[in-house]
Amino acid sequence: MSKVYIALQDNDESRYIIEAIEQDNPDATVIHQPAMIRIENENSLVVKRETVEEKMGRDWDVQELHLNLITLGGNVDEDDDQLSLSWNV
Amino acid sequence: MSAKKLNLKDKYRLLTRDLDWEYSYADRKKAFPYEEFEGIKITDWSKWEDPFRLTMDAYWKYQAEKEKKLYAIFDAFAQNNGHLNVTDARYVNAIKIFLTGVSPLEYQAYQGYAHVGRQFGGAGARVACQMQSIDELRHVQTQIHAMSHYNKYFDGFQDWTHMHDRVWYLSVPKSFFDDARSAGPFEFLIAISFSFEYVLTNLLFVPFMSGAAHNGDMATCTFGFSAQSDEARHMTLGLEIIKFLLEQHEDNVPIVQKWIDKWFWRGTRLLSIVAMMMDYMLPNKVMSWKEAWEVYFEEAGGALFKDLARYGIRMPKFVEVTEKEKEHISHQAWWIFYNYGHAAGFHTWIPSDEELDWLSEKYPDTFDKYYRPRWELAKKMEAEGKRFYSQALPQLCTTCQIPMGFTEMDDPTQIAYRSSDYEGEKYHFCSDGCKHIFDEEPEKYVQSWLPVHQIYQGNCGGASVEEVLRDYYKLNLGADNLDIKGSPDEQRWKEWKGVA
Repeated sequence: MSKVYIALQDNDESRYIIEAIEQDNPDATVIHQPAMIRIENENSLVVKRETVEEKMGRDWDVQELHLNLITLGGNVDEDDDQLSLSWNV
Repeated sequence: MSAKKLNLKDKYRLLTRDLDWEYSYADRKKAFPYEEFEGIKITDWSKWEDPFRLTMDAYWKYQAEKEKKLYAIFDAFAQNNGHLNVTDARYVNAIKIFLTGVSPLEYQAYQGYAHVGRQFGGAGARVACQMQSIDELRHVQTQIHAMSHYNKYFDGFQDWTHMHDRVWYLSVPKSFFDDARSAGPFEFLIAISFSFEYVLTNLLFVPFMSGAAHNGDMATCTFGFSAQSDEARHMTLGLEIIKFLLEQHEDNVPIVQKWIDKWFWRGTRLLSIVAMMMDYMLPNKVMSWKEAWEVYFEEAGGALFKDLARYGIRMPKFVEVTEKEKEHISHQAWWIFYNYGHAAGFHTWIPSDEELDWLSEKYPDTFDKYYRPRWELAKKMEAEGKRFYSQALPQLCTTCQIPMGFTEMDDPTQIAYRSSDYEGEKYHFCSDGCKHIFDEEPEKYVQSWLPVHQIYQGNCGGASVEEVLRDYYKLNLGADNLDIKGSPDEQRWKEWKGVA
């Protein structure tokens, strides 16, 4: 098993994104570090536009993720509805 | 009726496919003269895909938003005398290393991507390199702006481009990028996009920037994370590049593996300075270098190389050495600088008692046994008024250009020493990794501009070390160099803080 991960700046927008990630990836681990939040999961992780919009209460473009993104690990796939990270196992 | 909005995938396809053109009257090979000499075989450039599918309109939109956020914070930082909020004056010395050692590399990356972006036959690769080139220019600019505030209050920030080109330890990062940029375009991508960005930059920009926040340095944390938001994109491209090359032709596999081996080792040597910044230069600690290495290389890199195994790619050569080095490298590097503190453009110090205890706790197998006694001795000598500075110029490794101070990893009291003979001359190395890199391309590395050799050859002015430091490096002696204890930096800090 390999872990994928994503880290976001610790701010008000990320808070909703993290909530959405937790909801869509119930096994993910959330780690708080100074000024940043890191989320890791075994093999894959998904950020869904619909869930983030529901948490934020506004329209959200998946590409807005770039504004708060610090780093990630795993093969990326992004379209209008989601960003996913995965390792081939 | 309004036109249907294009989705992300269609937009990206239109940008990267339909912007290209056929060469009807010009020779394609002459248009892209560097595409073949490295032996890399590309059969279909259209297979290149940016997984973020970033198009120019979205790129400008989000980059502009990042900049606005960043500069609002720089203004607030300057207007509120942010330099007074850092943990203590020692911390700022890590930022001096950043400005003189790292920011010029961002500029080199900007030049490098502009160059290779011109050399690729595929539009997708050209667009990706163009964006990254602009990103890197943004990074160097934002770093200069952020650190210009510190330049008003602390020594050592005043002549960073001049210092980068000349000062002995800054030849380590400078020569790293010179090496990458003087390679072919595909090697440059494996060196910088993959080995450096994907495998190693997290170690600089993630835990260290988190450490900057933890030490009250809002400006550095913010430019670091803002840069890193671009790096996340660069890393992703780094991974796509390597998969693209490996899928294009099986003959590419051994060439790519050789570059991974070389650039992984070059990168770990370059990061020894970051190791020391994390373990010794952050008064408030986030994690040790060893812990950062375990999370960001062993775990993340382990997952990566497992993923790449299906192409026939293995872990980089000498990775087993780094497993041992993580216990030693930061201590050995800081000791080198403590010994040569008179010749550095930043201040050095002996760790405080609490810091020594933290190091003992984080390095239970090595610190008390090998390194604590050195600091206890240094402390004793300092108390007796016998602060010791090494006066002899050190021998440098021909490949990484770091003074030969690293040890055998199985015998940490023995300095590691390797050598190779080439055309009647002897060349010296700090490790098997650096010797291996030289032996693969001796005709390149015999040209290395080694600062100590250059001083002895009389190419750096003056007959004495002091003249070299003062006239050739332009260090303000007595202000930029030596220990933090008794420095003008420390004196000003105490005045600002109202302590005697």
